[in-house]
Amino acid sequence: MLSADFVIATSVAYVGLLFVLAYFGDRRARRNKRSWLHSPAVYTLSISVYCTSWTFYGAVGNAARSGLEFLTIYLGPTLVFVGWYFLLRRLVRISHLHRITSVADLLSSRFGKSSRLGVLVTCIAVIGIAPYIALQLKAVTSSIQAVAGASEFGRGSLTGIDDVGLALGVAAAMALFTILFGTRHVDAKEQHHGVVAAIAFEAVVKLAALVAVGVFVVYIGGGLEAIFTRASDMGIVVDTSVAFDSRWITTLVLSIAAIVCLPRQFQVTVVENSDENHLRVAGWAFPAYMMAMSIFILPIAVYGLTVMPAGSNPDMFALTLPLAAGQNGLALFAFIGGFSSATSMIILESIALSIMVSNHIIMPLVLRFSTSELSADGQGVSRLLLVARRFSIVLILSLGFFYFFFTRDSDALAPIGLISFTAIAQFFPALLAAIFWKDASLKAVTAAILAGFAVWAWCCFLPSFESVSESVATLLQFGPWGIGWLRPEAMFGLEGWDPLTHAAFWSLSINVVILTIGSLLTNPSALERIQATAFVDVFRRSGLPQGNFVRGSATANDLFFVAERVLGEKRAAALFETAARERGVDPAVLEPTPDFIARLERELAGSIGAASAHVMLSKVVAGGDVSLEEMMQMADETQQAIEYSQELERTSAELRLTARKLEDANAQLRELDSQKDEFLSQVSHEVRTPMTSIRSFSEILMEPGDLNDSQRRRFVSTIHQESLRLTKLLDEILDLSALERGERNWRNVPVDAEAALDQAIAVCDALLRQRGMRVEFGERARATMVEGDGDRLCQVFINLISNAVKYNDADNPVVKITSGVKSGQFVVDVADNGPGISKGDRKLIFEKFWRGVEGGGDQGGAGLGLAISRQIVARMNGSLELVPGPLPGACFRVRLPVVKQVAPA
Amino acid sequence: MGGNLAVDVLIAEDEPSILESLDFILRRAGWSIDSATDGEAVLEKVRRSRPRVLVLDVMLPRRSGFDVLKTLRADGETKDLPVLILTAKGQQQDRRIAEELGADGFVTKPYSNAEVVGAVRQLLGEDGGPA
Repeated sequence: MLSADFVIATSVAYVGLLFVLAYFGDRRARRNKRSWLHSPAVYTLSISVYCTSWTFYGAVGNAARSGLEFLTIYLGPTLVFVGWYFLLRRLVRISHLHRITSVADLLSSRFGKSSRLGVLVTCIAVIGIAPYIALQLKAVTSSIQAVAGASEFGRGSLTGIDDVGLALGVAAAMALFTILFGTRHVDAKEQHHGVVAAIAFEAVVKLAALVAVGVFVVYIGGGLEAIFTRASDMGIVVDTSVAFDSRWITTLVLSIAAIVCLPRQFQVTVVENSDENHLRVAGWAFPAYMMAMSIFILPIAVYGLTVMPAGSNPDMFALTLPLAAGQNGLALFAFIGGFSSATSMIILESIALSIMVSNHIIMPLVLRFSTSELSADGQGVSRLLLVARRFSIVLILSLGFFYFFFTRDSDALAPIGLISFTAIAQFFPALLAAIFWKDASLKAVTAAILAGFAVWAWCCFLPSFESVSESVATLLQFGPWGIGWLRPEAMFGLEGWDPLTHAAFWSLSINVVILTIGSLLTNPSALERIQATAFVDVFRRSGLPQGNFVRGSATANDLFFVAERVLGEKRAAALFETAARERGVDPAVLEPTPDFIARLERELAGSIGAASAHVMLSKVVAGGDVSLEEMMQMADETQQAIEYSQELERTSAELRLTARKLEDANAQLRELDSQKDEFLSQVSHEVRTPMTSIRSFSEILMEPGDLNDSQRRRFVSTIHQESLRLTKLLDEILDLSALERGERNWRNVPVDAEAALDQAIAVCDALLRQRGMRVEFGERARATMVEGDGDRLCQVFINLISNAVKYNDADNPVVKITSGVKSGQFVVDVADNGPGISKGDRKLIFEKFWRGVEGGGDQGGAGLGLAISRQIVARMNGSLELVPGPLPGACFRVRLPVVKQVAPA
Repeated sequence: MGGNLAVDVLIAEDEPSILESLDFILRRAGWSIDSATDGEAVLEKVRRSRPRVLVLDVMLPRRSGFDVLKTLRADGETKDLPVLILTAKGQQQDRRIAEELGADGFVTKPYSNAEVVGAVRQLLGEDGGPA
């Protein structure tokens, strides 16, 4: 037996050693950034704070009671570190960018810098961790008692102190340690290099101790095989079959959530991380560490069950086995190992929780209720923070102690730990949503966590008081007011389940369902949307969204005043000087840009949390007493302003489009107008030409003079011809105008196009003969029906044929007419051997008032014929175009869609 | 009336009936007449028959009346040839262009015979000459 006094003295000396280590670690870290403290090895070892006295003592007990189940607690983290590297990397990146200090800070920051969510998460964490702290107190207390035994000598100065008193003493000592360790100063990034160094050292100690005990057990047990053989001979069967049951899955899921969400794990894995690449090493090294830790657990448990008297606490085998074998030195080492695992957990967990409490509860309260605080004394916020943290540490350990006090009759360590795991797991869905799902909203997350926590409190936390409270026991058995389906361990009639599985199932299911449905039903605020994008797209964006402070009216002086209070004079000065240097100005005249204010906010967030930093800076920047709600409203307004300006931009783009359309329309109108002018001018010209002759000859005839009869006749005939021409011209103009405007009551009916062509040829017969022109017929179609107006179609053909005649100056003039049906179209070609149409004129021939340049004698046309013909054909859904023809001259082609032949009645 | 002899008036007009009427009234006024029906022919006839006055229609085939006028004014031999512009368009713009190009007279179709004869007479400098 060891003396309790000796053991306690050793413990104190050990803690002293840790303190020295932490002190020098801090100094070293501050002096040299690239020391071994920043190595992946130290990082990995600090993560193994996951292995607490639960592992050191509890896992052995768990193995003795439930076989391989203890392994799941290590399997979950292994999966996360090996398989979910991207999740951790994402968390680390986000936390570095946003100076995240805790899980509460992460969720609060992500969901619109909500202080309420921060408070909620903090409260749940503090309450949820209490059983876990209690577990450590219980383990340390039990281990001291186990070492000291029951003898008067062994108890030494502990004589007359029961386990409660001892636990209280342990709790008080732990609080003192933690305060000494963790709250000596406030660091901007909440990185505690010294503490991490001490934790890493402890990780080595606890591993060495457990392995030492394991090797010892294997040695005195005569090898692994002998241990297991002896055990089975004695009828001690440890269930080594891994039953893949619901409890197994539950603990696996809980441990996955725990390794990410436990405040201390978040602290060491994410906050204390100084280099993302360390995660790669930790990805294999941490699982390896856990494997080394758990490799001897089963042999120790089995051997303990074999050799220790019945009724011994299996949780303490690691300690009692060496003691029973008289190996006091090894027992002391084992005790220090277990003590290590407990202290490292308590110190880190308390620090992590105290940061949450001070940043999310105390600071906002101070900021809200004391406006004078900032301008009061010199050290201001920095000192206030330390006080707040020390107070929080005491509070946290007190809660742990009270939980221990109320549940002290329960033996096993592992189930206590799982209660905490279940509570902390309530953050997991929110955390995943925070970094992967943009639509997750504050309201949904808050409701989900609250509901999950409530279920946890009812189904998991409350039943743990069963042994100390009559009413709780009754409640468990019959439900509240006798309502059976509300029994904490059989909710909604789900009976016969393992209580842990039951609690985890309901709490997490409700949590996830509310989170999902709530997020789909609610609309996130503007600030939430900004943060959501910043978090979820962390690997896509280079910078952070800026400009939350739009109404910047603060001077650099005001900002420095705030920064100095929070960060300390040195850091604040360094920050401002850097900014001034970057801008190339003197620090005294530094203009606080939104960019700089955003950076300052991130720095402050490192010390007091995102929400508090935001409120604090908004006070300074907005120059008044601005509440968070107002601030968020401001951010909302900013967003609205952005949206409004986007809206404006959209509208003005539409206006621009409309303006362009109007411009186009206007240009078109101007074009039409000038076309109209041109048309009128043309018409005027065309009308004036015959009028000129008529007037001139009339005057000649009216004057008394010596005109002979033949002259007189000739002049009268000219007048008559010109009058006819004038009439025809006016008719054509009206006709074309009507065709173009489409006002005429035009009806397309099936007509025989071939008949119309024949009729046109007959009409032109006289003209043809007059000019001595030969008509040559190519292939002719049979009677073909097209949709159209027979008279109009005939008009078109007459126009084409007479053009071919009129402008033909060949010696042996020929017009060739061909018709046929090709792919559903009636096609007529009218070709001649005249001069043809010159290349430059081909585009102009269908224009109004264009006339064949080398006009023959007959100039009767006004140049409207082709324009009119083309309009007519278009009205019949056909086309009129100039094509290369079979003869040297021009060839005009008419195409008209053929109507399905209707069988004659 | 030989083609190489100088004429009093050269008429440039492509409408046959208008040409006929102009020919008639100007001949009746006692002047010798030559005519051309397109822009190219006008330039050639100006060089060949050396008219004392040119009556020039604007809308001529091949080369417009304005084009012809511009060419005449650019040539040292013909830059002082009196030119009477005839136009059927009757627009202010045509009159302005004609003045800018250095036309000496401007008559709009349909014209009165007396107007044309008067204008030609003035350009010939025969005020009070043979009626």
